[in-house]
Amino acid sequence: MKYMLMMNAPGGGPYRIAEWPQQDIEAHMAFMRRFGTELADGGELVAAEGLAGPDQAKLVRAGRNGVPVTDGIFPEAKEFLAGYWIVDVDSPARAYAIAARASAAPGPGGAPLNLPIEVRQVMSGPPEELT
Amino acid sequence: MTVTSLDNRAEHLLRELAPQVLGALIRRFRDFAASEDAVQEALLAAAVQWPRDGVPDNPRAWLIQIASRRRTDHLRSELARRRRESVAALEVDLEVAPVAGGDDGSDPDDTLILLFMCCHSALTPSSAIALTLRAVGGLTTAEIASAFLVPESTMAQRISRAKQGIRTSGVPFRLPTDQERVERLASVLHVLYLIFNEGYTSTAGPDLQRNELSRLAIRLTRAVHQQLPDDGEAAGLLALMLLTDARRAARTGSHGELIPLTKQDRTLWDQQDIAEGVALISATLSRGSVGAYQLQAAVAAVHDEAPRAEDTDWPQILALYGLLERMSDNPMVTLNRAIAAAMVHGPAAGLELLHALADDTRLRGHHRLDAVRAHLLELAGDYAGAIAHYRRAAGRTTNIPERDYLLTQAARLGEIAD
Repeated sequence: MKYMLMMNAPGGGPYRIAEWPQQDIEAHMAFMRRFGTELADGGELVAAEGLAGPDQAKLVRAGRNGVPVTDGIFPEAKEFLAGYWIVDVDSPARAYAIAARASAAPGPGGAPLNLPIEVRQVMSGPPEELT
Repeated sequence: MTVTSLDNRAEHLLRELAPQVLGALIRRFRDFAASEDAVQEALLAAAVQWPRDGVPDNPRAWLIQIASRRRTDHLRSELARRRRESVAALEVDLEVAPVAGGDDGSDPDDTLILLFMCCHSALTPSSAIALTLRAVGGLTTAEIASAFLVPESTMAQRISRAKQGIRTSGVPFRLPTDQERVERLASVLHVLYLIFNEGYTSTAGPDLQRNELSRLAIRLTRAVHQQLPDDGEAAGLLALMLLTDARRAARTGSHGELIPLTKQDRTLWDQQDIAEGVALISATLSRGSVGAYQLQAAVAAVHDEAPRAEDTDWPQILALYGLLERMSDNPMVTLNRAIAAAMVHGPAAGLELLHALADDTRLRGHHRLDAVRAHLLELAGDYAGAIAHYRRAAGRTTNIPERDYLLTQAARLGEIAD
Protein backbone atom coordinates (compact mmCIF):
# COMPACT_ATOMS: atom_id res chain seq x y z
CA MET A 1 0.00 0.00 0.00
CA LYS A 2 1.21 3.43 -0.88
CA TYR A 3 1.22 6.48 1.36
CA MET A 4 2.08 10.11 0.77
CA LEU A 5 3.94 11.71 3.67
CA MET A 6 3.65 15.48 3.58
CA MET A 7 5.92 17.63 5.65
CA ASN A 8 4.19 20.83 6.59
CA ALA A 9 6.22 23.73 7.90
CA PRO A 10 4.65 26.62 9.78
CA GLY A 11 5.56 29.86 8.01
CA GLY A 12 6.89 31.70 11.05
CA GLY A 13 8.00 28.57 12.92
CA PRO A 14 11.27 26.77 13.51
CA TYR A 15 11.60 25.66 9.89
CA ARG A 16 12.97 29.06 8.79
CA ILE A 17 15.99 27.11 7.76
CA ALA A 18 17.77 30.06 6.14
CA GLU A 19 18.21 31.62 9.58
CA TRP A 20 19.88 28.55 11.17
CA PRO A 21 23.62 28.33 11.84
CA GLN A 22 25.53 26.65 9.01
CA GLN A 23 26.31 23.57 11.07
CA ASP A 24 22.63 22.95 11.79
CA ILE A 25 21.62 23.46 8.16
CA GLU A 26 24.26 20.96 7.08
CA ALA A 27 23.18 18.43 9.69
CA HIS A 28 19.56 18.80 8.57
CA MET A 29 20.40 18.32 4.91
CA ALA A 30 22.65 15.35 5.64
CA PHE A 31 19.79 13.78 7.59
CA MET A 32 17.37 14.28 4.70
CA ARG A 33 19.79 12.78 2.17
CA ARG A 34 20.47 9.78 4.40
CA PHE A 35 16.76 9.34 5.06
CA GLY A 36 16.00 9.25 1.31
CA THR A 37 18.81 6.78 0.66
CA GLU A 38 17.57 4.50 3.45
CA LEU A 39 14.06 4.46 2.03
CA ALA A 40 15.40 3.68 -1.44
CA ASP A 41 17.72 0.95 -0.17
CA GLY A 42 14.85 -0.58 1.76
CA GLY A 43 12.84 -0.91 -1.45
CA GLU A 44 10.09 1.35 -0.12
CA LEU A 45 10.64 4.70 -1.85
CA VAL A 46 8.32 5.57 -4.75
CA ALA A 47 9.03 9.28 -5.03
CA ALA A 48 10.26 12.23 -3.00
CA GLU A 49 10.48 15.93 -3.73
CA GLY A 50 11.33 19.03 -1.79
CA LEU A 51 9.39 22.12 -2.80
CA ALA A 52 10.73 25.61 -3.40
CA GLY A 53 9.92 28.18 -0.73
CA PRO A 54 6.47 29.74 -0.43
CA ASP A 55 7.65 33.24 -1.34
CA GLN A 56 7.55 32.28 -5.02
CA ALA A 57 4.34 30.28 -4.81
CA LYS A 58 1.23 31.38 -6.68
CA LEU A 59 -2.40 30.45 -6.45
CA VAL A 60 -3.77 29.96 -9.97
CA ARG A 61 -7.42 29.97 -11.07
CA ALA A 62 -8.91 29.83 -14.54
CA GLY A 63 -10.29 33.23 -15.53
CA ARG A 64 -12.41 34.10 -18.53
CA ASN A 65 -11.74 31.67 -21.44
CA GLY A 66 -9.52 29.60 -19.20
CA VAL A 67 -6.78 32.23 -19.01
CA PRO A 68 -4.69 31.70 -15.84
CA VAL A 69 -5.21 34.31 -13.14
CA THR A 70 -2.48 34.23 -10.53
CA ASP A 71 -2.83 35.33 -6.96
CA GLY A 72 0.14 36.77 -5.17
CA ILE A 73 2.46 35.85 -2.42
CA PHE A 74 1.32 34.04 0.72
CA PRO A 75 1.39 35.76 4.10
CA GLU A 76 4.43 34.92 6.24
CA ALA A 77 2.47 33.14 8.92
CA LYS A 78 0.74 30.66 6.61
CA GLU A 79 1.68 26.98 6.94
CA PHE A 80 3.15 25.55 3.75
CA LEU A 81 4.07 22.21 2.23
CA ALA A 82 7.86 21.86 2.37
CA GLY A 83 8.13 18.50 0.63
CA TYR A 84 6.75 15.00 0.39
CA TRP A 85 7.65 11.33 0.15
CA ILE A 86 5.57 8.58 -1.43
CA VAL A 87 6.37 5.17 0.06
CA ASP A 88 5.15 1.68 -0.76
CA VAL A 89 4.92 -0.31 2.50
CA ASP A 90 3.36 -3.46 3.92
CA SER A 91 1.28 -1.80 6.65
CA PRO A 92 -0.07 1.56 7.87
CA ALA A 93 2.10 1.14 10.98
CA ARG A 94 5.22 1.11 8.81
CA ALA A 95 4.12 4.34 7.08
CA TYR A 96 3.63 5.98 10.50
CA ALA A 97 7.08 4.81 11.62
CA ILE A 98 8.67 6.39 8.54
CA ALA A 99 6.72 9.60 9.13
CA ALA A 100 7.95 9.74 12.73
CA ARG A 101 11.53 9.42 11.50
CA ALA A 102 11.00 12.34 9.12
CA SER A 103 9.35 14.36 11.86
CA ALA A 104 12.43 13.95 14.05
CA ALA A 105 14.71 15.60 11.47
CA PRO A 106 17.26 17.75 13.32
CA GLY A 107 16.64 21.49 13.58
CA PRO A 108 18.47 24.33 15.34
CA GLY A 109 21.02 23.01 17.81
CA GLY A 110 20.47 19.50 16.48
CA ALA A 111 17.21 19.14 18.42
CA PRO A 112 14.44 17.19 16.64
CA LEU A 113 12.03 19.50 14.82
CA ASN A 114 9.00 17.26 15.45
CA LEU A 115 7.20 18.86 12.52
CA PRO A 116 3.74 17.46 11.76
CA ILE A 117 3.82 14.95 8.92
CA GLU A 118 0.48 14.42 7.23
CA VAL A 119 0.09 10.77 6.20
CA ARG A 120 -2.43 10.07 3.45
CA GLN A 121 -3.08 6.78 1.71
CA VAL A 122 -2.75 6.87 -2.08
CA MET A 123 -5.87 5.60 -3.85
CA SER A 124 -4.23 2.47 -5.18
CA GLY A 125 -5.83 -0.25 -3.06
CA PRO A 126 -7.62 -3.16 -4.70
CA PRO A 127 -11.40 -2.89 -4.97
CA GLU A 128 -13.59 -5.59 -3.47
CA GLU A 129 -15.48 -7.87 -5.77
CA LEU A 130 -18.94 -6.34 -6.10
CA THR A 131 -22.00 -8.52 -5.96
CA MET B 1 18.76 -6.04 -26.53
CA THR B 2 15.78 -7.26 -24.49
CA VAL B 3 13.61 -10.33 -24.36
CA THR B 4 10.91 -8.49 -26.28
CA SER B 5 12.83 -9.02 -29.51
CA LEU B 6 12.21 -12.75 -29.23
CA ASP B 7 9.08 -14.23 -30.71
CA ASN B 8 6.30 -15.14 -28.30
CA ARG B 9 7.06 -18.83 -28.33
CA ALA B 10 10.73 -18.37 -27.42
CA GLU B 11 9.84 -15.82 -24.75
CA HIS B 12 7.29 -18.19 -23.26
CA LEU B 13 9.90 -20.94 -23.32
CA LEU B 14 12.44 -18.77 -21.49
CA ARG B 15 9.92 -17.95 -18.75
CA GLU B 16 9.02 -21.59 -18.40
CA LEU B 17 12.66 -22.65 -18.18
CA ALA B 18 13.97 -19.83 -15.94
CA PRO B 19 12.95 -21.42 -12.60
CA GLN B 20 14.20 -24.85 -13.69
CA VAL B 21 17.56 -23.41 -14.67
CA LEU B 22 17.73 -21.47 -11.41
CA GLY B 23 16.88 -24.62 -9.50
CA ALA B 24 19.70 -26.51 -11.18
CA LEU B 25 22.15 -23.69 -10.42
CA ILE B 26 21.19 -23.46 -6.74
CA ARG B 27 21.45 -27.25 -6.48
CA ARG B 28 25.00 -26.99 -7.82
CA PHE B 29 26.31 -23.71 -6.36
CA ARG B 30 23.98 -23.26 -3.34
CA ASP B 31 24.12 -19.44 -3.31
CA PHE B 32 20.65 -18.16 -4.25
CA ALA B 33 21.56 -14.56 -5.12
CA ALA B 34 24.65 -15.43 -7.17
CA SER B 35 22.81 -18.20 -8.99
CA GLU B 36 19.98 -15.85 -9.81
CA ASP B 37 22.39 -13.30 -11.27
CA ALA B 38 24.00 -16.02 -13.40
CA VAL B 39 20.59 -17.16 -14.67
CA GLN B 40 19.67 -13.59 -15.60
CA GLU B 41 22.90 -13.35 -17.61
CA ALA B 42 22.09 -16.63 -19.36
CA LEU B 43 18.58 -15.41 -20.21
CA LEU B 44 20.04 -12.24 -21.62
CA ALA B 45 22.49 -14.28 -23.70
CA ALA B 46 19.57 -16.35 -25.02
CA ALA B 47 17.67 -13.18 -25.91
CA VAL B 48 20.66 -12.05 -27.97
CA GLN B 49 21.69 -15.35 -29.55
CA TRP B 50 18.48 -17.29 -30.16
CA PRO B 51 16.90 -14.83 -32.60
CA ARG B 52 20.21 -14.89 -34.55
CA ASP B 53 21.20 -18.58 -34.33
CA GLY B 54 17.86 -20.24 -33.66
CA VAL B 55 16.64 -21.96 -30.47
CA PRO B 56 19.06 -24.75 -29.47
CA ASP B 57 17.91 -28.41 -29.52
CA ASN B 58 17.96 -28.64 -25.74
CA PRO B 59 17.28 -25.07 -24.59
CA ARG B 60 17.25 -25.99 -20.91
CA ALA B 61 20.67 -27.63 -21.04
CA TRP B 62 21.96 -24.66 -23.07
CA LEU B 63 20.78 -22.19 -20.43
CA ILE B 64 22.12 -24.27 -17.54
CA GLN B 65 25.49 -24.54 -19.27
CA ILE B 66 25.76 -20.81 -19.95
CA ALA B 67 24.58 -19.89 -16.45
CA SER B 68 27.00 -22.38 -14.85
CA ARG B 69 29.86 -20.94 -16.91
CA ARG B 70 29.02 -17.42 -15.80
CA ARG B 71 28.81 -18.51 -12.18
CA THR B 72 32.12 -20.33 -12.51
CA ASP B 73 33.73 -17.25 -14.10
CA HIS B 74 32.54 -15.14 -11.18
CA LEU B 75 33.84 -17.69 -8.70
CA ARG B 76 37.22 -17.74 -10.49
CA SER B 77 37.60 -14.00 -10.23
CA GLU B 78 36.52 -14.10 -6.60
CA LEU B 79 39.11 -16.81 -6.11
CA ALA B 80 41.83 -14.75 -7.74
CA ARG B 81 41.00 -11.87 -5.45
CA ARG B 82 41.17 -13.97 -2.35
CA ARG B 83 44.13 -16.08 -3.40
CA ARG B 84 45.84 -15.82 -0.05
CA GLU B 85 42.79 -16.88 1.88
CA SER B 86 41.64 -20.38 2.41
CA VAL B 87 40.03 -21.48 -0.84
CA ALA B 88 39.17 -25.07 -0.16
CA ALA B 89 35.45 -24.44 -0.01
CA LEU B 90 35.41 -22.52 -3.27
CA GLU B 91 37.47 -25.16 -5.07
CA VAL B 92 34.83 -27.73 -4.35
CA ASP B 93 32.27 -25.45 -6.00
CA LEU B 94 34.47 -25.05 -9.05
CA GLU B 95 34.39 -28.72 -9.96
CA VAL B 96 31.42 -28.38 -12.25
CA ALA B 97 30.51 -31.50 -14.12
CA PRO B 98 30.07 -30.94 -17.87
CA VAL B 99 26.45 -30.85 -18.90
CA ALA B 100 25.50 -34.11 -20.60
CA GLY B 101 22.69 -34.47 -23.13
CA GLY B 102 19.77 -35.80 -21.11
CA ASP B 103 20.89 -35.23 -17.54
CA ASP B 104 21.25 -31.47 -17.21
CA GLY B 105 21.08 -31.43 -13.42
CA SER B 106 17.58 -30.00 -13.22
CA ASP B 107 14.65 -31.69 -11.59
CA PRO B 108 10.90 -31.40 -12.21
CA ASP B 109 10.47 -30.47 -8.54
CA ASP B 110 12.78 -27.46 -8.91
CA THR B 111 10.02 -24.98 -9.75
CA LEU B 112 8.13 -26.06 -6.66
CA ILE B 113 11.23 -25.92 -4.41
CA LEU B 114 11.94 -22.41 -5.70
CA LEU B 115 8.38 -21.37 -4.90
CA PHE B 116 8.76 -22.72 -1.38
CA MET B 117 11.95 -20.64 -1.02
CA CYS B 118 10.57 -17.41 -2.47
CA CYS B 119 7.30 -17.56 -0.52
CA HIS B 120 8.96 -18.34 2.80
CA SER B 121 7.17 -16.79 5.76
CA ALA B 122 10.44 -15.10 6.82
CA LEU B 123 9.82 -12.61 3.97
CA THR B 124 7.20 -9.85 3.99
CA PRO B 125 4.39 -10.34 1.45
CA SER B 126 5.67 -7.59 -0.85
CA SER B 127 9.20 -9.08 -0.84
CA ALA B 128 7.89 -12.58 -1.46
CA ILE B 129 5.74 -11.36 -4.35
CA ALA B 130 8.62 -9.48 -5.98
CA LEU B 131 11.05 -12.37 -5.61
CA THR B 132 8.55 -14.94 -6.88
CA LEU B 133 7.79 -12.87 -9.98
CA ARG B 134 11.47 -12.47 -10.70
CA ALA B 135 12.92 -15.88 -9.80
CA VAL B 136 10.00 -18.17 -10.65
CA GLY B 137 7.88 -16.06 -12.97
CA GLY B 138 10.84 -14.98 -15.10
CA LEU B 139 9.77 -11.30 -15.19
CA THR B 140 12.46 -8.64 -15.39
CA THR B 141 12.88 -6.17 -12.54
CA ALA B 142 11.65 -3.40 -14.86
CA GLU B 143 8.48 -5.35 -15.65
CA ILE B 144 7.76 -5.99 -11.96
CA ALA B 145 8.44 -2.35 -11.09
CA SER B 146 6.11 -1.15 -13.78
CA ALA B 147 3.36 -3.57 -12.71
CA PHE B 148 3.48 -2.16 -9.16
CA LEU B 149 4.11 1.45 -10.25
CA VAL B 150 7.32 1.90 -8.31
CA PRO B 151 10.73 2.96 -9.67
CA GLU B 152 12.91 0.17 -11.03
CA SER B 153 15.69 0.96 -8.52
CA THR B 154 13.24 0.56 -5.63
CA MET B 155 12.07 -2.81 -6.96
CA ALA B 156 15.68 -3.90 -7.48
CA GLN B 157 16.41 -3.11 -3.83
CA ARG B 158 13.30 -4.94 -2.69
CA ILE B 159 14.35 -8.05 -4.63
CA SER B 160 17.91 -7.86 -3.41
CA ARG B 161 16.75 -7.58 0.21
CA ALA B 162 14.44 -10.54 -0.31
CA LYS B 163 17.41 -12.60 -1.49
CA GLN B 164 19.34 -11.51 1.59
CA GLY B 165 16.36 -12.57 3.68
CA ILE B 166 16.53 -16.03 2.17
CA ARG B 167 20.27 -16.23 2.78
CA THR B 168 20.00 -15.20 6.45
CA SER B 169 17.02 -17.43 7.14
CA GLY B 170 19.10 -20.37 5.87
CA VAL B 171 16.23 -22.11 4.04
CA PRO B 172 17.75 -25.21 2.43
CA PHE B 173 17.12 -25.93 -1.25
CA ARG B 174 14.87 -28.94 -0.83
CA LEU B 175 11.21 -29.77 -0.60
CA PRO B 176 9.77 -29.20 2.90
CA THR B 177 9.30 -32.23 5.10
CA ASP B 178 5.80 -33.60 5.65
CA GLN B 179 5.53 -31.75 8.96
CA GLU B 180 6.52 -28.41 7.40
CA ARG B 181 4.53 -28.86 4.25
CA VAL B 182 1.04 -27.69 5.23
CA GLU B 183 2.25 -24.37 6.61
CA ARG B 184 4.80 -23.76 3.84
CA LEU B 185 2.32 -24.62 1.12
CA ALA B 186 -0.19 -22.22 2.68
CA SER B 187 2.42 -19.42 2.31
CA VAL B 188 3.02 -20.34 -1.34
CA LEU B 189 -0.68 -20.39 -2.17
CA HIS B 190 -1.22 -17.10 -0.34
CA VAL B 191 1.53 -15.34 -2.34
CA LEU B 192 0.14 -16.73 -5.61
CA TYR B 193 -3.33 -15.55 -4.54
CA LEU B 194 -1.96 -12.04 -3.87
CA ILE B 195 -0.24 -11.94 -7.27
CA PHE B 196 -3.46 -13.01 -8.97
CA ASN B 197 -5.47 -10.37 -7.09
CA GLU B 198 -2.96 -7.65 -7.89
CA GLY B 199 -3.43 -8.49 -11.56
CA TYR B 200 -7.17 -8.93 -11.36
CA THR B 201 -8.43 -6.24 -9.01
CA SER B 202 -5.78 -3.55 -9.14
CA THR B 203 -6.67 -0.67 -11.37
CA ALA B 204 -3.13 0.69 -11.51
CA GLY B 205 -0.89 -0.03 -14.47
CA PRO B 206 -1.70 -0.94 -18.06
CA ASP B 207 -4.43 -3.57 -18.68
CA LEU B 208 -2.12 -5.84 -20.61
CA GLN B 209 0.34 -6.06 -17.77
CA ARG B 210 -2.28 -6.75 -15.13
CA ASN B 211 -3.72 -9.47 -17.31
CA GLU B 212 -0.24 -10.94 -17.56
CA LEU B 213 0.21 -10.96 -13.75
CA SER B 214 -3.02 -12.93 -13.34
CA ARG B 215 -2.08 -15.33 -16.11
CA LEU B 216 1.32 -15.84 -14.51
CA ALA B 217 -0.30 -16.57 -11.12
CA ILE B 218 -2.53 -19.11 -12.86
CA ARG B 219 0.46 -20.72 -14.59
CA LEU B 220 2.42 -21.05 -11.33
CA THR B 221 -0.61 -22.34 -9.43
CA ARG B 222 -1.14 -24.87 -12.20
CA ALA B 223 2.47 -25.98 -11.78
CA VAL B 224 1.92 -26.45 -8.02
CA HIS B 225 -1.28 -28.39 -8.71
CA GLN B 226 0.52 -30.65 -11.19
CA GLN B 227 3.27 -31.39 -8.70
CA LEU B 228 0.82 -31.93 -5.83
CA PRO B 229 -2.33 -33.25 -7.55
CA ASP B 230 -3.75 -34.62 -4.28
CA ASP B 231 -3.66 -31.27 -2.48
CA GLY B 232 -7.23 -29.95 -2.38
CA GLU B 233 -6.32 -26.34 -1.63
CA ALA B 234 -3.84 -26.06 -4.55
CA ALA B 235 -6.59 -27.41 -6.84
CA GLY B 236 -9.12 -25.09 -5.16
CA LEU B 237 -6.97 -22.01 -5.67
CA LEU B 238 -6.38 -22.88 -9.33
CA ALA B 239 -10.14 -23.31 -9.82
CA LEU B 240 -10.86 -20.04 -7.97
CA MET B 241 -8.43 -18.15 -10.23
CA LEU B 242 -9.86 -19.65 -13.43
CA LEU B 243 -13.47 -19.02 -12.39
CA THR B 244 -12.67 -15.43 -11.37
CA ASP B 245 -10.45 -14.58 -14.34
CA ALA B 246 -13.20 -15.89 -16.66
CA ARG B 247 -15.20 -12.74 -15.81
CA ARG B 248 -12.37 -10.29 -16.51
CA ALA B 249 -13.70 -8.88 -19.79
CA ALA B 250 -17.12 -8.16 -18.28
CA ARG B 251 -15.89 -6.69 -15.03
CA THR B 252 -15.14 -3.14 -16.20
CA GLY B 253 -16.78 -0.84 -18.71
CA SER B 254 -15.12 0.95 -21.60
CA HIS B 255 -13.85 3.74 -19.33
CA GLY B 256 -12.56 1.44 -16.60
CA GLU B 257 -15.68 1.81 -14.45
CA LEU B 258 -16.57 -1.18 -12.27
CA ILE B 259 -19.57 -3.27 -13.26
CA PRO B 260 -21.06 -5.38 -10.44
CA LEU B 261 -21.54 -9.10 -10.99
CA THR B 262 -25.33 -8.79 -11.31
CA LYS B 263 -25.03 -6.24 -14.15
CA GLN B 264 -22.24 -7.89 -16.16
CA ASP B 265 -22.71 -9.00 -19.76
CA ARG B 266 -22.36 -12.73 -19.19
CA THR B 267 -21.78 -13.46 -22.88
CA LEU B 268 -18.32 -11.93 -22.32
CA TRP B 269 -17.41 -14.56 -19.74
CA ASP B 270 -14.76 -17.05 -20.86
CA GLN B 271 -16.59 -20.37 -21.12
CA GLN B 272 -13.41 -22.40 -21.52
CA ASP B 273 -11.99 -21.13 -18.22
CA ILE B 274 -15.37 -21.71 -16.56
CA ALA B 275 -15.59 -25.29 -17.85
CA GLU B 276 -12.07 -26.07 -16.61
CA GLY B 277 -12.65 -24.40 -13.24
CA VAL B 278 -15.99 -26.13 -12.66
CA ALA B 279 -14.59 -29.55 -13.57
CA LEU B 280 -11.60 -29.00 -11.29
CA ILE B 281 -13.58 -27.84 -8.25
CA SER B 282 -16.23 -30.54 -8.69
CA ALA B 283 -13.58 -33.27 -8.77
CA THR B 284 -11.78 -31.75 -5.77
CA LEU B 285 -14.83 -31.27 -3.57
CA SER B 286 -15.94 -34.85 -4.15
CA ARG B 287 -12.72 -36.03 -2.50
CA GLY B 288 -13.52 -34.48 0.93
CA SER B 289 -11.17 -32.41 3.17
CA VAL B 290 -12.59 -29.05 2.17
CA GLY B 291 -10.55 -25.81 2.53
CA ALA B 292 -11.14 -22.07 2.18
CA TYR B 293 -9.91 -21.75 -1.43
CA GLN B 294 -12.10 -24.67 -2.46
CA LEU B 295 -15.19 -23.08 -0.89
CA GLN B 296 -14.49 -19.73 -2.54
CA ALA B 297 -14.03 -21.54 -5.85
CA ALA B 298 -17.36 -23.29 -5.30
CA VAL B 299 -19.07 -19.90 -4.76
CA ALA B 300 -17.43 -18.56 -7.94
CA ALA B 301 -18.62 -21.67 -9.82
CA VAL B 302 -22.23 -21.11 -8.70
CA HIS B 303 -22.08 -17.52 -10.00
CA ASP B 304 -20.40 -18.54 -13.25
CA GLU B 305 -22.92 -21.29 -13.97
CA ALA B 306 -25.95 -18.96 -13.82
CA PRO B 307 -26.90 -17.84 -17.36
CA ARG B 308 -28.58 -14.71 -15.91
CA ALA B 309 -28.09 -12.95 -12.56
CA GLU B 310 -31.64 -13.90 -11.51
CA ASP B 311 -30.84 -17.59 -12.10
CA THR B 312 -28.13 -17.53 -9.39
CA ASP B 313 -28.50 -20.36 -6.88
CA TRP B 314 -28.33 -18.09 -3.80
CA PRO B 315 -29.35 -20.80 -1.28
CA GLN B 316 -26.29 -22.78 -2.29
CA ILE B 317 -24.05 -19.71 -2.01
CA LEU B 318 -25.51 -18.99 1.44
CA ALA B 319 -24.71 -22.54 2.52
CA LEU B 320 -21.14 -22.31 1.16
CA TYR B 321 -20.48 -19.02 2.99
CA GLY B 322 -21.88 -20.65 6.16
CA LEU B 323 -19.24 -23.38 5.84
CA LEU B 324 -16.52 -20.87 5.05
CA GLU B 325 -17.46 -18.75 8.06
CA ARG B 326 -17.16 -21.70 10.41
CA MET B 327 -13.73 -22.46 8.96
CA SER B 328 -12.10 -19.05 8.80
CA ASP B 329 -13.52 -16.55 11.34
CA ASN B 330 -13.13 -13.74 8.82
CA PRO B 331 -15.60 -10.83 9.05
CA MET B 332 -15.33 -10.35 5.26
CA VAL B 333 -16.90 -13.79 4.86
CA THR B 334 -19.77 -12.74 7.13
CA LEU B 335 -20.31 -9.67 4.94
CA ASN B 336 -20.64 -11.91 1.89
CA ARG B 337 -22.94 -14.25 3.80
CA ALA B 338 -25.12 -11.25 4.70
CA ILE B 339 -25.57 -10.48 0.98
CA ALA B 340 -26.45 -14.13 0.25
CA ALA B 341 -28.87 -14.18 3.22
CA ALA B 342 -30.56 -11.05 1.87
CA MET B 343 -30.98 -12.69 -1.54
CA VAL B 344 -32.49 -15.84 0.00
CA HIS B 345 -34.50 -14.56 2.98
CA GLY B 346 -34.87 -10.83 2.20
CA PRO B 347 -32.86 -7.75 3.16
CA ALA B 348 -33.90 -7.82 6.84
CA ALA B 349 -32.09 -11.14 7.31
CA GLY B 350 -28.93 -9.68 5.78
CA LEU B 351 -29.09 -6.51 7.90
CA GLU B 352 -29.56 -8.70 10.98
CA LEU B 353 -26.22 -10.38 10.24
CA LEU B 354 -24.52 -6.99 9.85
CA HIS B 355 -25.62 -5.95 13.35
CA ALA B 356 -23.55 -8.80 14.72
CA LEU B 357 -20.48 -7.29 12.99
CA ALA B 358 -20.93 -3.78 14.41
CA ASP B 359 -18.49 -4.43 17.28
CA ASP B 360 -15.88 -6.29 15.22
CA THR B 361 -12.71 -4.22 15.55
CA ARG B 362 -11.25 -5.76 12.38
CA LEU B 363 -13.93 -4.00 10.34
CA ARG B 364 -13.84 -0.66 12.14
CA GLY B 365 -13.64 2.11 9.57
CA HIS B 366 -13.58 -0.38 6.71
CA HIS B 367 -15.58 0.79 3.70
CA ARG B 368 -16.86 -2.67 2.84
CA LEU B 369 -19.20 -2.82 5.85
CA ASP B 370 -20.80 0.48 4.80
CA ALA B 371 -20.99 -0.59 1.16
CA VAL B 372 -22.79 -3.83 1.99
CA ARG B 373 -25.13 -2.08 4.44
CA ALA B 374 -25.94 0.53 1.77
CA HIS B 375 -26.72 -2.23 -0.74
CA LEU B 376 -29.02 -4.04 1.71
CA LEU B 377 -30.77 -0.83 2.81
CA GLU B 378 -31.42 -0.08 -0.85
CA LEU B 379 -32.97 -3.55 -1.30
CA ALA B 380 -35.12 -2.83 1.78
CA GLY B 381 -36.32 0.44 0.22
CA ASP B 382 -34.59 2.70 2.77
CA TYR B 383 -33.05 5.05 0.21
CA ALA B 384 -32.01 7.77 2.66
CA GLY B 385 -30.13 5.24 4.78
CA ALA B 386 -28.59 3.64 1.67
CA ILE B 387 -27.38 7.01 0.36
CA ALA B 388 -25.73 7.86 3.69
CA HIS B 389 -23.87 4.53 3.77
CA TYR B 390 -22.86 4.63 0.09
CA ARG B 391 -21.33 8.06 0.73
CA ARG B 392 -19.57 6.90 3.87
CA ALA B 393 -18.16 3.89 2.02
CA ALA B 394 -17.00 6.19 -0.81
CA GLY B 395 -15.09 8.30 1.72
CA ARG B 396 -13.32 5.25 3.11
CA THR B 397 -12.32 3.19 0.09
CA THR B 398 -8.74 3.41 -1.20
CA ASN B 399 -9.64 2.58 -4.79
CA ILE B 400 -10.72 5.24 -7.29
CA PRO B 401 -13.05 3.18 -9.55
CA GLU B 402 -14.72 1.78 -6.45
CA ARG B 403 -15.19 5.27 -5.00
CA ASP B 404 -16.67 6.41 -8.31
CA TYR B 405 -19.04 3.43 -8.30
CA LEU B 406 -20.19 4.12 -4.73
CA LEU B 407 -20.71 7.85 -5.35
CA THR B 408 -22.70 7.03 -8.50
CA GLN B 409 -24.92 4.66 -6.51
CA ALA B 410 -25.64 7.40 -3.95
CA ALA B 411 -26.41 9.92 -6.70
CA ARG B 412 -28.68 7.46 -8.55
CA LEU B 413 -30.71 6.78 -5.40
CA GLY B 414 -30.87 10.50 -4.68
CA GLU B 415 -32.58 11.09 -8.00
CA ILE B 416 -35.07 8.25 -7.46
CA ALA B 417 -35.86 9.53 -3.96
CA ASP B 418 -36.49 13.12 -5.15
